[in-house]
Amino acid sequence: MADSDVTPIDGVAVEINGVEVIAHKGELLIDAAERTGTYIPRFCYHERMKPVGMCRMCLVEVDTGRGPALQPSCMIECTPGMKADTESAVTKKAQDGILEFLLANHPLDCPVCDKGGECPLQDQTMAYGPGESRFVEEKRHKEKPIPISDLVLLDRERCILCDRCTRFAKDVAGDPLIHFIHRGNNTEVNTFPDEPFASYFSGNTVQICPVGALTASTYRFKARPWDLETTESTCQTCSVGCRISIDSSRDQVQRFAGVDIDPVNWGWLCDKGRFSSEVVTSDARLSVPLVRDGSGLVAAKWSDALNRFASALDNASSAQSIGVIGGSRLTNEDAYAWSKLFKGVLATDNVDAQLGDGLPAHVVLGLPSATIDEVCARGGTVLLLGPDVKEELPVLFLRLRHAVVEDGVTLVEVSPRSSGITSLAAASVHPRPGETADVVSALVGSAVIDREIAGVSAAELESARAALSAATGPITVVLGRASLAESATVTVAAASSILAARPDTTFLSALRRSNVRGALDMGLAPGLLPGRVTLEDGAEWYSEVWPAVPSATGLDTEGILRAAADGRIDVLVLLGADPLSDFPDADLAERGLTGARTVLAVDTALNSSSKRADIVLAAAGFAEKAGTTTNIEGRVSTLSQRVTPPGTSRADWMLAAEVSNRLGTDLGFENFADVLAEISAVAPAYLALDQAIAEGSPDGILLPLDVVVIIDEDDDDIVVVDETVTVSEDGAEVDVTADVVAEESDGDDPEGLIEIIADDSDVAGSMPPFVQFEPIDEIASPPVDSYGFRLVASRKLYDQGTLVQSAPSLSPLAPGSTVSLNPWEFDRLGVAAGGRAIVRTARASVNVTVQADAGVPRGVAAMIVNQADGRVSDLVSVDELVAEVRIETAP
Amino acid sequence: MARLTNDNVELAREIIGRYPRPKSALIPLLHLAQEQDGHLTDEAMAHIGELVGVSSAEVLGTASFYEMFKMETVGRYMVNICTNISCQLRGGEELLAHAEKTLGIRPGQTTSDGLFTLEDVECIAACTEAPCLQVNYRYEHRISNEGFDQLVNDLRAGRRSDIPSHGVLAEVRQHIPEDRRAGVVTPEDKAVPVWIAAAGEGDK
Ligand code: SF4
Ligand code: SF4
Ligand code: FES
Ligand code: FES
Repeated sequence: MADSDVTPIDGVAVEINGVEVIAHKGELLIDAAERTGTYIPRFCYHERMKPVGMCRMCLVEVDTGRGPALQPSCMIECTPGMKADTESAVTKKAQDGILEFLLANHPLDCPVCDKGGECPLQDQTMAYGPGESRFVEEKRHKEKPIPISDLVLLDRERCILCDRCTRFAKDVAGDPLIHFIHRGNNTEVNTFPDEPFASYFSGNTVQICPVGALTASTYRFKARPWDLETTESTCQTCSVGCRISIDSSRDQVQRFAGVDIDPVNWGWLCDKGRFSSEVVTSDARLSVPLVRDGSGLVAAKWSDALNRFASALDNASSAQSIGVIGGSRLTNEDAYAWSKLFKGVLATDNVDAQLGDGLPAHVVLGLPSATIDEVCARGGTVLLLGPDVKEELPVLFLRLRHAVVEDGVTLVEVSPRSSGITSLAAASVHPRPGETADVVSALVGSAVIDREIAGVSAAELESARAALSAATGPITVVLGRASLAESATVTVAAASSILAARPDTTFLSALRRSNVRGALDMGLAPGLLPGRVTLEDGAEWYSEVWPAVPSATGLDTEGILRAAADGRIDVLVLLGADPLSDFPDADLAERGLTGARTVLAVDTALNSSSKRADIVLAAAGFAEKAGTTTNIEGRVSTLSQRVTPPGTSRADWMLAAEVSNRLGTDLGFENFADVLAEISAVAPAYLALDQAIAEGSPDGILLPLDVVVIIDEDDDDIVVVDETVTVSEDGAEVDVTADVVAEESDGDDPEGLIEIIADDSDVAGSMPPFVQFEPIDEIASPPVDSYGFRLVASRKLYDQGTLVQSAPSLSPLAPGSTVSLNPWEFDRLGVAAGGRAIVRTARASVNVTVQADAGVPRGVAAMIVNQADGRVSDLVSVDELVAEVRIETAP
Repeated sequence: MARLTNDNVELAREIIGRYPRPKSALIPLLHLAQEQDGHLTDEAMAHIGELVGVSSAEVLGTASFYEMFKMETVGRYMVNICTNISCQLRGGEELLAHAEKTLGIRPGQTTSDGLFTLEDVECIAACTEAPCLQVNYRYEHRISNEGFDQLVNDLRAGRRSDIPSHGVLAEVRQHIPEDRRAGVVTPEDKAVPVWIAAAGEGDK
């Protein structure tokens, strides 16, 4: 909220400690004071939540013309002429009093309290308190910490009843599972008996609790705050890109905490992101490379492993016989280095960072884009056509929730079943899987809908259509894959019809994997080159800077696996990918992995696929290397190194460079900054990125930067200038605009002038255009089988993925496999909630527990992917637009 | 007993219908649950949460604020003996001691036959009739030790049909037919009250 350079239009002049300051209209006194340099102590007030005036720590003497009186500064807005004294004797006495009261019953077990050393109660007692207590009576005693969830413990003696955790749970997360219980002296925070605080966001309460009442099971007694070393970074657990701080001591990661940045996470994290700190220190981490000998995978010397890795690639019969899957856990620099190796040295285009569970790259990169802030802008209208954001992109869910509840945003949801956000939607329709595009094209149309489409009644459709057409401006769409049992083509068709009906629509792609956006931006997709350009458009540009360029568009993951299954892939490289668990069609993944002659893997830990590799290179992971990452919005932010990677594992870009050296090509990278510099010099959407990063932007940098590249065809001189800047050349002022050709300056950048490429030979020809979305025509809906069910395969936050399973605190939270059915179906099927059923397709069947769920439409069977037993991917075939299943009672 | 019975669910829906927002019916529904089971069971509180659309923790938060909602089993008769100032001057403490002896329990405890729970309470606003007590919130005035024993015997023998079991607030339930209701208007939809409108503050 500190926003000091905003000149208020509706400024309110107030006096704080005798100095006149200008407050924004409606600004709280506590905020205005802080923004202008006067910190008022507080416990209950939190700038991301509504004030409650609970703790009275922020009392200051305020005079609004009727004489000074103590008022809670978190509860009063600045009014013209208001005078506040935060240091008067009366204020001081009030602060003394409040602190003495708070400490009367406080156990003062600071020496064994996790918060000790970073505790607002300690710090404010030190700064504003009396230092002595007159209270000699027995203090209140309660049972020491009680678990209120699997991850959070509550010590009620330490609680000062500030209402932060309970307000967070209700107002921010929408999970009011903790509440004040009892009254007066007996008041305490607690849960309902046997109903734990099982919120995906519970860890935030630990972070905002102003005392040590709430502690996280992952961090209790692990470190003292003064021993911690802290670095800011960006969460890599999903692609929202929440800003975090990494705390370590003794070269071990101890915890992650949320950092407040305006455009993304507002200080919040989800529990999966927060507690993934355990993943870094997991026992499963690889510390040395492995190679296969007669007895299986065994530790090897780096030189051996790298030599064998390189010669496997070298011995591939052709570029087309190399396939590369994965890359979304990498930094942009890692991704670029691999991209340069595979596309620019080995000239293969069979490279795909997504595992058939995302969207085609032209959709992600080519649609007109919206930022999170734009999607959540006050009064806007959002069409959610994608996954359950609460399960896949949790903090985006918090932002959307805030937008709907506080900022009057209208949300229309089109999903195959109800989701965590359905209760907030103005309208929510659940078309039969496979027929989503038909519904969407009707919803964005102007004609009144008077017939049932895809199993949704005319009335429901019309109310959703009305909500969308009531939008006063362009709508935004959150676009992703709601179900892995429905082909991505359906989503692409839906996006095409939206864009055709409403060309001013902007899109936010809801892809889940950490740096999937960065991987695509770095060209890890078939037909793509780094910087959001296609192979076709960018081949000439890259042929100047890379040793080679692929000759034709290659295969995506599905294609690679098919080719491998047919014996056409000599070398299959897995860059932190696990197709056996993550590819929607397990049968094809299995055949692909078996069919590939050599499987090479680069990963931080073994997964079910890399266990079958011939060579595994041990890679450094999160918090162990520096770099940049790109989130769902296309926002680049920094990743920092906080600890040493385990054993001799190293960053992917180094491995790429090593392998390349062995193949006889120097990639030209000695540290990650070299890679970043090259990206910033050659990748069109990333031009001048390194400059922007050097200038430092805690909020991250939205790409492409607002710069214009001007190329002098005669001299091959390229300079990038800010569109509006006036450049002085040899002392003379020259106006530079997009159509003026500027001479290359001599390195001494006049204001705003950034040199991009010094060496003339590096680039010839003009910059390729960015990827464009390729709309597709309507697709034919599959015929309805009235005995069958259409399968919906969606994700839960906690699954059997390597990340969750390497975090001991998170792994037990994976819910396991179930099939959820509308209870209306139970009688005709003869199944019951809690019983077992067999879900069958032509190719396989799984035996799972039945769950009654009224949020699942009739005729739909909803399952969760990647859970412990009954793998959904056994049922799905990528050949089908949608998976049809039969359900039978289990014998 | 656990969740609300079907009859009570029907009643609950009628009660909810009296308020502009479902959650306003929370307290009356808690009374309904207490009438059904003699105290508030966890299952009933969770059920009420479902009916009015709040979490169980929120129901518990509200219920536990009030002394008269009991979260544990209590006797069929809740005996509250006043020991506040007027009653104390007129022998309330002695009456309590006598009651403890007669019932064989301490305040806060329940007799083993599940009939009586004894409570020591603050002023119950019948000071002119001190010492006094309540059984299930029905008054007994100017009560002597003998009177207390008589009361206990009568309750045991079922001679006090005027005192229903714990949780029953009234034996005649209010029922306002649909067409006689004043109507419920949500606060947002209400016109600004004249006294506010007149002062020109209504359009904030
Ligand atoms: S547990 Fe912490 S955050 Fe919650 S009310 Fe108590 S002091 Fe405040
Ligand atoms: S929402 Fe995503 S980026 Fe944010 S904390 Fe959770 S996992 Fe990390
Ligand atoms: S911070 Fe203002 S009352 Fe707590
Ligand atoms: S003191 Fe007992 S009723 Fe008032």
